[in-house]
Parts: sequence; structure tokens; C-alpha cells
Amino acid sequence: MSRHTLSVLVENKPGVLVRIAGLFSRRGFNIESLAVGPTEHQEISRMTIVVNCDQHPLEQVTKQLNKLINVLKIVELEPGSAVARELLLIKVRADTETRSKVLETVQLFRAKVVDVALDAVTVEATGSRDKLDALVRVLDPFGIKELVQSGMVAVGRGGRSITDRALRPIERSA
Amino acid sequence: MTEQTSSAPPKAQAASGPADPPPSGRAHPSPTPLDIAARAAHRDAAPAGRDAASDDSERGAARPAAPKPAAPPAPAPGQAPPARGTAAPPAQTAPAAPGLAAPAARAKVTGAQALVLALERVGADVVFGIPGGAILPAYDPLLDSSRIRHILVRHEQGAGHAATGYAQATGRTGVCMATSGPGATNLVTPLADAYMDSVPLVAITGQVSTSLIGTDGFQEADISGITLPITKHNFLVTKPEDIARTVGEAFHLASTGRPGPVLVDVAKDAMQAMTEFSWPVPFDLPGYHPVTRPHSRQVREAARMITDARRPVLYVGGGVIKARAARELRELAELTGIPVITTLMARGAFPDSHPQHLGMPGMHGTVAAVGALQKADLIVALGARFDDRVTGKLDTFAPDAAIVHADIDPAEISKNRRADVPIVGDCKEVIADLIVAVRQEHEHGRKGDHGEWWAQLDQWRRKYPLGYDDPADGTLAPQYVIERIGAIAGPDTVYVAGVGQHQMWAAQFIGYEHPGTWINSGGLGTMGFAVPAAMGAKVGRPGTTVWAIDGDGCFQMTNQELATCAIEGIPVKVAIINNGSLGMVRQWQTLFYNERYSNTNLHAGEHAAPRIPDFVKLAEAYGCAGLRCSEKNDVDAVIGQAMEITDRPVVVDFIVHRDAMVWPMVAAGTGNDDIKYARGMAPDWGAGEE
Repeated sequence: MSRHTLSVLVENKPGVLVRIAGLFSRRGFNIESLAVGPTEHQEISRMTIVVNCDQHPLEQVTKQLNKLINVLKIVELEPGSAVARELLLIKVRADTETRSKVLETVQLFRAKVVDVALDAVTVEATGSRDKLDALVRVLDPFGIKELVQSGMVAVGRGGRSITDRALRPIERSA
Repeated sequence: MTEQTSSAPPKAQAASGPADPPPSGRAHPSPTPLDIAARAAHRDAAPAGRDAASDDSERGAARPAAPKPAAPPAPAPGQAPPARGTAAPPAQTAPAAPGLAAPAARAKVTGAQALVLALERVGADVVFGIPGGAILPAYDPLLDSSRIRHILVRHEQGAGHAATGYAQATGRTGVCMATSGPGATNLVTPLADAYMDSVPLVAITGQVSTSLIGTDGFQEADISGITLPITKHNFLVTKPEDIARTVGEAFHLASTGRPGPVLVDVAKDAMQAMTEFSWPVPFDLPGYHPVTRPHSRQVREAARMITDARRPVLYVGGGVIKARAARELRELAELTGIPVITTLMARGAFPDSHPQHLGMPGMHGTVAAVGALQKADLIVALGARFDDRVTGKLDTFAPDAAIVHADIDPAEISKNRRADVPIVGDCKEVIADLIVAVRQEHEHGRKGDHGEWWAQLDQWRRKYPLGYDDPADGTLAPQYVIERIGAIAGPDTVYVAGVGQHQMWAAQFIGYEHPGTWINSGGLGTMGFAVPAAMGAKVGRPGTTVWAIDGDGCFQMTNQELATCAIEGIPVKVAIINNGSLGMVRQWQTLFYNERYSNTNLHAGEHAAPRIPDFVKLAEAYGCAGLRCSEKNDVDAVIGQAMEITDRPVVVDFIVHRDAMVWPMVAAGTGNDDIKYARGMAPDWGAGEE
């Protein structure tokens, strides 16, 4: 078992997320992380899906995904040749006594404070999963009141775009 | 739809001849152009008279080999569905506008009229359905359509299976229609069935009005959500202007690539609102590009392996029938001299009378076919999917075989068994290319030598033929009944089975010679399939005799459609192989549950009254002829009697022996090597082939 990151370009239509999520659960795959959002083309959405599975089942699920009518393109992003980021918002207990220590930690991680209250600060951090895990570990002793994390988004390194080829047919049929 | 524009009719259809009379018992309006739109256009003083001429010519679904005059199956410029880098041939990408090349005039119509017009334009000639609240708007213009025959069924499940029977018998896309909520959910079983067997089907359902969607409105069910995993694709249409395009897309999706069911759920208010109708419509399917052309290097590699192999087998699945590749298959088989095995879904793809045919593989396959797969050094799978009923325990399946796997669906390749040579493509093209490639091998002097292999196979065939014993108590052997029906009705008849023992016997003991003459529920195993599917098959091929081979359990699930058959003039013949029990379940109870017959006795097959139900009386109540037979000596005469009744449906209640079993059998969970050709009898595989 190993982690794989799939970038899936889909038509921006209602119900597409359900089709994809349903296919994963139906075929017995656990989605570790899922992020959906618009792309530079308004008719295309992009999903970044992280799954933990062997190579053969991954091929199977990729083929099954490709069969979904609303799926335009699937690319597996290799860790070495892609940039992957997650976003973390974390509300940490910070009174007058501990606040400076919390802020110091935040700076060390190049995170930033986005909200301050008398007894807490909210910190925004982006980065790889390892970095965010480390941040959470370090902030944990201060007392974590609330934590929310996005799915991973990832993009391949270099100048090429995976939407280029997927887009062409769309323009032609429009 | 490629099928409809094809100038070559399916072989099976040709057999039914151009003289297919319209089914009796129903006055069918003469095919004057319907033109709701024209009328509407007249009303609205918009340009009318759109394309009446081509309308008329396009009807001819029942007219064999009538190429449509104004019907190049090419899209209007700029509206072709895009072909991705993998070049798909024009025929595959351009069935957008069957029969309609005339410039489309725009006419104001309701969404419901657009729906019916679009159905006409895609070439639908029969719709099986039942109206209800949410689909009511569509039923109004349907009444005016002279090109679409709507057949009012008694249950939506019947509509779905009838559409499947129609599709399997004709190769065209079957259409069913239902209302929202319970109407739509009653289609779930036939949709799942069609999905498993890759049947081109379009289901149109009404949905509650847009404002009610999501409010648990009366008769609301999220049918697109429900059918997500059992359709090739589905649509929820909430805007009237999207209806026609969606219908066009649905037919395109259903009938191209790997065929499958597509559901179009249309909100009631979208059907009631006004819109403009124009045809052809450009598709919006940027993510759909079925690959039909096989990769030439893969084909050459496969051909090389075929000529190198000592013990090769052609493992033929339903994809060969879907691709209309029976002729090519025969040519390939005869060119290579390789044995052929046809799966349950492929019965008829290769003539049973052909000396190279070893029969059916799998759980109830012939010893020769199962043995051939197990001992093969090369399996060439054509449009087959290594289903668990074929492979048995996967780890022990064909241990020495290299696999060439050709399928139009890339997801099938290496799904269950890893393919050494994967070929993605339409079977017709794959086989045609293989023929060329094998010929080239032959020209270079490379020709397979299968002498020893055939000696082995022939020995198995001789030693372990399909067979059965007459019951010792003098009761009727079910296999005998089925065998006689096959012999008397002949290979040009269409046989439709339910699911269970009778299905297996019908697959084993009837000789199939042509594709499209064997229709059954293979993947889903839907009991109750036979009566409605036979109805659909008969509608699709009215000039052909259609026999449903059904069980008494199956028959009681869907026999209400006999009313439809009687009223609509669809004279099917139904043979109930009545053993008074859920026979296949009972067989498993006999073999694996110590003969503890828990809830398998249906009491319908008693040799004396009261029989509940009495199928003869039931048939008569439905306006059908009802016959009964329980003596071996009467079988031929009763079948003959049934063959002579052509003005109404016939139901024959064959009271048969209860304990007959289907053999050979590979028990569930065991390997194919453990096949038994009779209870406790394992074949001796012999060391001959080593």
C-alpha cells in the first residue's frame, strides 16, 4: 500500500462529486483526502484525490474513473515532480502568558495569525502534510481548541498544464 | 445510433425477413409524419414543414436494410462530438443525427413535445411504459406520434425488461418510460440488469417539478442518485431547452462504446414549459471518447501468440454479439483452427453445430470447454470479462495460459485476470485486424499445430457430452422438454430465459446458430426476466417465433405482462418448466445443505389439482392460450400445438421432475478443475495432452 495523488479534471456540473465519491466507495477504496475547486476554465473543475492503495487497484479505479462521462482527464502526480499543499486553520489557547510563545512557534513555521481573541489565536498555515503535522504537534501543548484542515491540492512542476489537452475538445464542441 | 443507420441489418434480423408483418391485434396508424412541431409551428406561424420527407424515411426501424435516403450518419458541421487523440472512426463519433440531414427549422414546442420529437429523431420506434403524474406531459404528445408505438405495460419492471429484450433481439436501443417515484424505482432492477449485461437502453422518467425537487414531494425519488451505480450515465433535466440534446446524448451513450443503460429524468415543469426544438443537436460530452480501433502492435503480438500456441482457445463473450462480429469470429476461428467457447452471454455468436465449438464455459459449462480453458496455454478473450461464474476460483483458473484480452472497455482488461496482451477496441475491428495479422503469420510460414490439442479436446467431448437421465419415476425430464422445444422451433427462433435451472438447460440443450437468438439475464441473474423480455423481443422482431423458457418461480414474478402481450397483439410463447420449486436453490440445498429444503417449495407443480396457481387458467384469464403437458409422449404434440397458435400468446405448463439437476457443475468457491459432470463424478482429465 502506498499513497497516490490523483488530479482529476471534471466537467463543472452538478452531481459530479457524488459520481466520483460513489465510485470510490463502491469499488472499496478509502479516500484519504479530497479537494475540489474551480480551475482557470470555468467549465472545468479539478479534484485532487489522495488514496492509499496498491498499484493494481489504483489502475482499476483510474480506469473506472475514466469511464465516468463527466471525467475529462486523470493524472497521477508523482511526489517528486509535483507541489502539494494543504491548508490548516487552528485555534490555539493563548492567554497573555503563553501568547508570545505561540506567536514564536507560528513564525518558526512561517504560518500566520489571522484572528486574535483574549484567550486564543487562530493560525493559518499551508504546507505539506508533514509540516502541518509538525506544527500541530508543537502547538498541541498550548491547548488546541479547534482545528480544520483542507484536502490536499497539488500541481505538477514545470511549465506544462494538464488542462491544455483536456480543454481542447470542450472548446470544439461549444 | 450506428445500428439504425447501418445499411447492413443484423444477421438475425435478416432471417426474420423483410416481410415482418406488423403485429396483429393492434391497429397501427399509418406512418404519416407526426409533426407535433409542424403543427405547433403552424400555430405559431413559425417555419413549418421542417423535414417531413426525411421524417418518414427515418421510421423504418422495422424495415430491414433500408438505408435512409436523406441520412448520412454524419453530423452537421461543427457539431461532432469531439474525438480525442485516440482516433475514433466517424461512425462512432457521429451518430448524432440519424436520418436527419435537413437543415433544422426552429419551432416552438413544449418540453414534452421536444422529448417526443427527439425520441422520433433518434429513431425510437417503440417505447414500453406506464404513465403517471410527473410523466403525464410527455404522454400527451406521445398520443399524436405516428412513429413511436407506445406499449402500455402492467409494471415498470416489465417495461424495462421488455426494452432489454427488444434491444437484445434487434441490436437497437430499447426505450422505457415511467413516472417519478415508484414508477422510476420499479425500473431499478431492469436498469441494473441491463448494466450488468451491457444492454443499450434509454429510460425516460418523469420527475416532480423543479420547485419540489428535494422537498420529499409526492412521488419524489432521487432516481438519478439511486441509479448512479447501475447506469452507464444518467441525467436530471430541469430546463426545457436541454431535453432534446439530452435525449440525443442518452442514445449516443447507450449505443456506442460499451453499451449500457442511460436514464433521463425530466422535471415535470421542464416538460410543460415552452422551448425551441431543433435537430440535430450538438452534443456536450467532452469526456466521452470510446476507443474502437485496436492498437496494431498489440494485434500483431496477439496474432504471433495465436500461431505459436500449442493449446489455444477462443473465449468468446457477449461483446462479440454486441459488436455484430459473428461473421468475423467464424472467419478467425476457421482460419486458425482454434477451438471456440461461447459464454452464456455469447450463445449464438458461433454456431453450435460448428465442429470447432466446444460449448459454454463456467459453472455449468461443458467438460470440454471448462477443460480447454484450464489446460490452455493461450486464451484469446474476445468481448468477455472473466466473470466469476466462468473462472471459478480465480487463483486456479487456467494456470498455464497466457492471456490476450480484447474488450471495448479498458476497465475490463486485467480486472480479474491479468492480460499479457491487452487490446482495447470494438470486437468487430479487433477480430478483423486479427484475421489480417494471422494471415500474415501464415504467409511467413508460421502456422499453429493443434493436432494433439484437438485429440485431447475430442476425447473430452466424446467422453463427457452434455446429457441427462430420464427420471426413474416416469415423470418428465425438464431437459427433454427444452431440448424438444429447441428441436421443433429450430435455430431461427428467439429463445428468452428466466434465471435458474431452466436457464442453464436452455443454454445447454438448445442449439444456437445465430447471434440474437438467445436472450437471458446473465450478469444480474434477474428472475422474472423472461416474460417481459420475450415480449420486447417479439415486438422488435414480430416475424420471428419467440419462445420464453421460464421457470414456475420466475414466471410468477412478472407474468402480468401476458395481459400486455394479449392486448397489444404480441403472440409470444411461454414454456413454464414447472417443477413446483425454486429449482436452482433447491439443487444447492440438495448438494450443500443436506437436502433441507427451506422455503423452496412453491407448490405450483403438483401433478393433481389444486395447483396454485393453475397456470393454464391463469393464461386463459389473461387472454392467452393455456396448455399443459406432463407426459413425455405428449411433449412434441403440445409443442406443435403451441407453434400453431399464432394469434395470441401461448403458455404451456410443463409439469416436470422436481429433482432434476443441472450438470456439469463447478461448485461455488471451488476451482474449475473440480468440475463434476454428474453428482460425485469428476472427469478424468487424462495425461494425454502432456
